[in-house]
Amino acid sequence: MQATIVEAVNDALHGEMERDDRVVVFGEDVAESGGVFRATDDLLEEFGSERVVDTPLSEIAIVGGAAGMAMYGYRPVAEIQFSGFLPPAFDQLVTNASRIRWRTRGELNAPMVVRMPYGAGVRALEHHSESLEGAYGHIPGLQVVVPSTPADTKGLLTAAIRDPDPVLFMEPKRIYRSIREEVPEGDHEVPIGEAAVRREGEDLTVVAWGAMMPPTLEAVDEGGVDADVIDLRTVSPMDTETIVESVKKTGRCVVVHEGPRTLGVGSEIVARINDEALMYLESPVERVTGFDTPVPLLSMEDFYFPHPPRILDGIEAALAE
Amino acid sequence: MSDRASDIRASPATGDDGGGEVRYLSQSDLEVPTHQIVAPDGSYDEEAIPDLEEEELLDLYRWMVTDRVFSRRMVNIQRRGELGTFGSTRGQEASIIGSAFTLSPEDWLYVGRAWTPMFMRGASMEDMILFWRGIEEGQEAFAKVNAQIAISIGSHLPLVSGIAWGMRLDDADAIATAYLGDGATSTGAAHEGINLASSVGLPALFYCQNNQYAISMPYEKQSGANTIAQKALAYGIDAIRVDGQDVLAVYDAVSSARERVLDGEPVFVESVTYRLDAHTTSDDPTRYRSDEEVDHWESHDPIERYREFLKSEGLWSEIDHDAVVEEIEAEFDEALAAANAMEERAVSEMFEYLYDELPPELARQLAEFEELLERRPEMYDFIEQRPKG
Ligand SMILES: Cc1ncc(C[n+]2csc(CCOP(=O)(O)OP(=O)(O)O)c2C)c(N)n1
Ligand SMILES: [Mg+2]
Repeated sequence: MQATIVEAVNDALHGEMERDDRVVVFGEDVAESGGVFRATDDLLEEFGSERVVDTPLSEIAIVGGAAGMAMYGYRPVAEIQFSGFLPPAFDQLVTNASRIRWRTRGELNAPMVVRMPYGAGVRALEHHSESLEGAYGHIPGLQVVVPSTPADTKGLLTAAIRDPDPVLFMEPKRIYRSIREEVPEGDHEVPIGEAAVRREGEDLTVVAWGAMMPPTLEAVDEGGVDADVIDLRTVSPMDTETIVESVKKTGRCVVVHEGPRTLGVGSEIVARINDEALMYLESPVERVTGFDTPVPLLSMEDFYFPHPPRILDGIEAALAE
Repeated sequence: MSDRASDIRASPATGDDGGGEVRYLSQSDLEVPTHQIVAPDGSYDEEAIPDLEEEELLDLYRWMVTDRVFSRRMVNIQRRGELGTFGSTRGQEASIIGSAFTLSPEDWLYVGRAWTPMFMRGASMEDMILFWRGIEEGQEAFAKVNAQIAISIGSHLPLVSGIAWGMRLDDADAIATAYLGDGATSTGAAHEGINLASSVGLPALFYCQNNQYAISMPYEKQSGANTIAQKALAYGIDAIRVDGQDVLAVYDAVSSARERVLDGEPVFVESVTYRLDAHTTSDDPTRYRSDEEVDHWESHDPIERYREFLKSEGLWSEIDHDAVVEEIEAEFDEALAAANAMEERAVSEMFEYLYDELPPELARQLAEFEELLERRPEMYDFIEQRPKG
């Protein structure tokens, strides 16, 4: 079937709720109104109010509640309305969800998913536009997944729901509806922790994910660059091998991400390349990223995140030396 | 040790007589009155009218109309694509104006859904238009009148308690006020902020506009508490529940509360009101509430009710309603023109205000970006919106 990213979210939820009656969906405005982006549309009608629940306005209760329900044996898929409102629940991720398996020596685990739209560029208010996968990826025990295509969205969300450990599922809301493509019907799983190679080339490696994929591909295609383009898909645990093997081949690399530069996921990618492919590098790894500032309010947000010319600039810098 | 401490900590020597039954503390035993002065049918007790000058009574009306006209105009320009989004306050005018009317310029104010209080403190409609256009100068203007808008729901309550704490240390003749919604009362930050105010004894006023919905979530599902006001008791602070469609009752309740707060006793006020328009311009309320319900609340229009009161008082003849509206419309037109004329800001503004001094790495990022914008003007093909009015 043809679907957008947000429709693929809905399809994955439908599929998993049908397959496994321990899957429970909850969050602010997810049931009655079907979610502010309509990602949970029709789930209430289909699966009823025991399994599709509007929660109070409390991110702490949503994430902490998901962790508890998961420990008990259910498969909660909790929605945070915008990623900018996850911070109150950071405590629940760090203190509880991410370490339940570890601190009970595997006696308990937390098969839970927290889904949330992230990123700038939809003209929203303050705190609606962050891209903090770097911060969340820093939490040991938490898997962080960021799809960029409708098919991957379905496959990765399905995998996340079936995964025995917590997954933070960050949905690129700027491209929620801008890509429509063929999405496999029925069961479709894409493994967590595996990057995808979107273009194959010889001259350099470009790594991006989520909402940065379309501008990255545009830069590579329009610039006529002969590059490996890697869609990371999972920020943590990271598919180091795909990156390292590609860099060994090309000798050059650019990392593109929307979140702030300092201590961003790009820093970790550079470090892993240094660990395993330093001697193959012909030029320093370039980073094209958001700035070390809050995302500006909407009038200036278009300046914040990388666009094709900025990405191409980074690519040319990596190719120049 | 104070008496309160020894009372609280004393071991219960003799339980009071429950006849052996386990007895529950229950909200069903609570009686929570709702303060009202002008009834929905327009009747009132002359004695209960708050002590306000005639001009102040008329001002209440003008400000309520300002609130309504402002919301209408903002929704209209949003539809024309001239704002990002906007949250209308229609239906909540008495709740917003009656409360803000009690505040002094020295008080600090952190609002949820309440925009006109900014104008009452001296910020302009232009500032508010800039805010909803996503231009930081709006917030800068609000800061100049000791006010801010909280976007992360409930996050501001601890802040307001902290501001009040400073006021207490200063022995200031002022209070800090948080406006919050019914949804906000579910957040951890709200509970913790209120409890801090109670524990330390801070001049903080918590003004909750229970407009029945948090986006699609009706209050009766938001919480099992029959009223929001009763939640205050759990923190050991007093509360008032007031009819939020009755501007005089709101004024009366909040001015009484403010007096107590000035003495370092935090107070929580629940104002029972209703959001008549959509949550924001991107919301479709027909998905979660019925037309009948909205019609019912339309018939509790706070401006109509106050108009009836003014008529009964013989004050209506003092107001030329059409002229009031015309004046507000003109103010809005002017504000919009001024906002539209705002010059484009430099991208450096994104960086400049983060620290007192720009750290070297941030200065480097800025310089690199400015250089890129110059070298690759095609960047502007991707920048659909410019940081200007
Ligand atoms: C912490 C947080 N979570 C979620 C949101 C998204 N959101 C914006 S307004 C709103 C509902 C607020 O309801 P209420 O507190 O009753 O205020 P009202 O909008 O009714 O004035 C929600 C869920 C947010 N802004 N902040
Ligand atoms: Mg509300």
